[in-house]
Amino acid sequence: MPDSTPAAPHTGDTPLLQTIGLTKRYGSFLANEAIDIDIWPQQIHALLGENGAGKSTLVKTIYGLIQPSEGEMRWQGEKMVLSGPSEARGRGIGMVFQHFSLFDNLTVAENVALGLDGRESFKDMSARLEEVSRLYGLPLDPKREVWQLSVGERQRIEIVRALMQNPKFLILDEPTAVLTPQEADQLFTVLDRLKAEGRAILYISHKLEEVKRLCDTATILRGGRKVSTCNPKAETAASLARMMVGGEIKQVKAAANRQTTVPRLVVNDLNLEPDDPHGVRLQHISFELRGGEILGIAGVAGNGQDELFAALSGERPAQDPGTIVIDGQAAGHLSITQRRKLGAAFVPEERLGHGTAPRMRLSENALLTGHAASGMVQHGFVNTAATLKTVDRATEAFDVRKAKRDPEAASLSGGNLQKFIVGREILRSPGVLVVSQPTWGVDAGAAAVIRQALLDLAASGAAVLVTSQDLDELAEITDRIAVMFHGHLSAPMLTGEASREKLGLLMGGSTLDQKDVAHAVGA
Amino acid sequence: MQLVLEKRAERSSTIALVSPLIAIGLTLVTMSILFAMLGKNPISALAVYFIHPLVDSYSLQEIAVKATPLVMIAIGLSLCYLANAWNIGAEGQFLIGAVAGSWLAVKTNGTEAGPWVLPAMLLLGAIGGALYALIPAICKVRFGASEILTSLMLVYVADLLLDYLVRGPWRDPKGFNFPTTAEFDPVATVPVLIEGGRLHLGGVIALIVVLAGAVLLGKTIKGFEIRVVGAAPRAARFGGFNSNQLILLTFAISGALAGMAGIIEVAGPVGHLQPGISPGYGFTAIIVAFLGRLNPVGILIAGLFLALTFIGGEQAQIAMKIPLDVTKVFQGILLFFVLACDSLILYRFKLIFASPKVSRGAH
Repeated sequence: MPDSTPAAPHTGDTPLLQTIGLTKRYGSFLANEAIDIDIWPQQIHALLGENGAGKSTLVKTIYGLIQPSEGEMRWQGEKMVLSGPSEARGRGIGMVFQHFSLFDNLTVAENVALGLDGRESFKDMSARLEEVSRLYGLPLDPKREVWQLSVGERQRIEIVRALMQNPKFLILDEPTAVLTPQEADQLFTVLDRLKAEGRAILYISHKLEEVKRLCDTATILRGGRKVSTCNPKAETAASLARMMVGGEIKQVKAAANRQTTVPRLVVNDLNLEPDDPHGVRLQHISFELRGGEILGIAGVAGNGQDELFAALSGERPAQDPGTIVIDGQAAGHLSITQRRKLGAAFVPEERLGHGTAPRMRLSENALLTGHAASGMVQHGFVNTAATLKTVDRATEAFDVRKAKRDPEAASLSGGNLQKFIVGREILRSPGVLVVSQPTWGVDAGAAAVIRQALLDLAASGAAVLVTSQDLDELAEITDRIAVMFHGHLSAPMLTGEASREKLGLLMGGSTLDQKDVAHAVGA
Repeated sequence: MQLVLEKRAERSSTIALVSPLIAIGLTLVTMSILFAMLGKNPISALAVYFIHPLVDSYSLQEIAVKATPLVMIAIGLSLCYLANAWNIGAEGQFLIGAVAGSWLAVKTNGTEAGPWVLPAMLLLGAIGGALYALIPAICKVRFGASEILTSLMLVYVADLLLDYLVRGPWRDPKGFNFPTTAEFDPVATVPVLIEGGRLHLGGVIALIVVLAGAVLLGKTIKGFEIRVVGAAPRAARFGGFNSNQLILLTFAISGALAGMAGIIEVAGPVGHLQPGISPGYGFTAIIVAFLGRLNPVGILIAGLFLALTFIGGEQAQIAMKIPLDVTKVFQGILLFFVLACDSLILYRFKLIFASPKVSRGAH
């Protein structure tokens, strides 16, 4: 195996958990193929891989959610067959999922009680909840309802819930994806402490610097197979990335002499009440985006990014036309179709069900956003040839891989579908592009293609607004960055001057008290 | 060995075509068991139901006559269902259409009115049905009331209204107190296609409706909007399609078609307005819509098949003394199997011969 470094030394002579030739087959597709992993106590073991590499399948098997097709697991040296997650929890395996399973309208304690198998009284359980959360420095008020909590606090509930079962082995699925840099640091302290207590941790991530800093061992998966087990501290981020991707990653290049021109998207004091009771109210949002420029919006998920997208796209029109101006035209009151006719294009975060109708063909999904312009509809009739042509053009320009010419959207992989969606919008040569989480859950190759396309679009004179939780992505492609917190948007700063610390503070809401200062700086 | 339901990567178009046939097959098996339990020979009972009506000209025409309202209503319902709007009240819209059109027939009865009467009646029937369907649609859009309940409840309102009219203001003075209007004038009657036969112009209208439905759904942007709103509501909003507007539109179209079917039935085969003009066409059309895969051509075939069960049911009652209600049982079982078999479009059965024996832990 290339670039392998010996794994860190471990204590004891039997691994806590061992998988031997673990294989999971879905039809003819091998999600996991003959995977051998040894998990040792008192170690943080990273599981690295791109989307679709088989990380989720592997941990779901270990947690008893799915049954392996072949191979076996050994727990403290003995063969283990799990009938379900409750049996896994019974043995001392805990898991914190990336997508929380919490009920918004219930309190913290009620949510924890629902997730526990124990038979203790609610009162005892609440007391133990407070004790565990204090002990590990994960403060939680058991009586608060979940919808009032930040994403970081919600994650704490999941972690505390797992810790209350006193697990020997804890699995964390991309825990820092929803945290500010400072919150992530706090989490690392907790993880180090759990490790010192002798527990084993399996840490799923694709943030390589984080893994290098935190983990003792790393197992890298690619295409369902184990590529290597190594010591991440002895590797470089580049060598880890090479193992994950199986080759060099193409670097994106910004055009050298990009010129910013006239303002193409202007937002003036946009206020919007949420349409759902737990949504975020947009408050006094103002910014100006010029042609040739890429503005990034950073922030922890759930701080109003979805609401901002709905307001900018016209899915939820505003009362006052002047709040949103597209290419000099007041557009706040216009529908999404009318805004598209003004030359705006939109890429939402959710690919399936929002950006596309999953069970419809790509040509029909081309029609979904293309019907307003581009000759796809004549006298109320659909020009099928024109919709198919858009599919072909997007396929060619963005290297969309698919089994046939015009498959259903849901049958494409995440990366290929995202390339199709971005391609569908960019081929219309928009003057303004609003894109949300452009490379979320997309493989590195597709992500590079999409980021390059955004840079090229800006270079051609369009204004591009990118909302992302991935600070590295924003640093790579944007000219300026603003931070969204509790429905407020900070004043944009130049990307070169936006340090992680500065952004992290804004993402945590720290400088909200000095809003006037921030405005002064931005002016 | 394990039987698992496995999700397909893409919906299977073969199964989409075959699934109604599987459903029919399973229904026939179930019906055979039912006939056997009633003490009838299943083979001869099924022959009376499904073969005998197909071998004489009168029954064949009668099938087409019965299929006409079923197909017209089902085409409208399929638009609603595709748009995720659940119009269950086509029966009521059918009756109101019959009432609205009959109003003109009653008013012009015995006068010198010209051939404009019938087209005007059809138009009135369509408008009446559409307006009646818009009541649940508006309640849904404005107040969020469940259209399933409101549209269903309005069926009984329509039924009682018709009953009142034919027993009261519109009763035929020379009708020996029977609850019926006077026989419609020739200008207010749907003409038959073959002299002395039963087949009437409504059959042609139903075919035109099928064609129009196919063009609307397959070729136009409106049809696309209807399909997206039902299949992926959030994507539809992203596409700029207004779901409320489409709920109103599909309810109006389906109400209009049901209403027109109603007046055609009254001005055609029945000849006057009376209670009991429908043996439940509006409800049976729900089965027709799903058996036809919410596809216009499929609905045409399904409509003819369900019409066959009506005729077969009548013949079975005469020939074998099988209760007429068995026909409704048959239709209910059929709908059940159609919906069940639909899961095969997105899923497939798979037998797994597990190689590692599942043991109960390591102890």
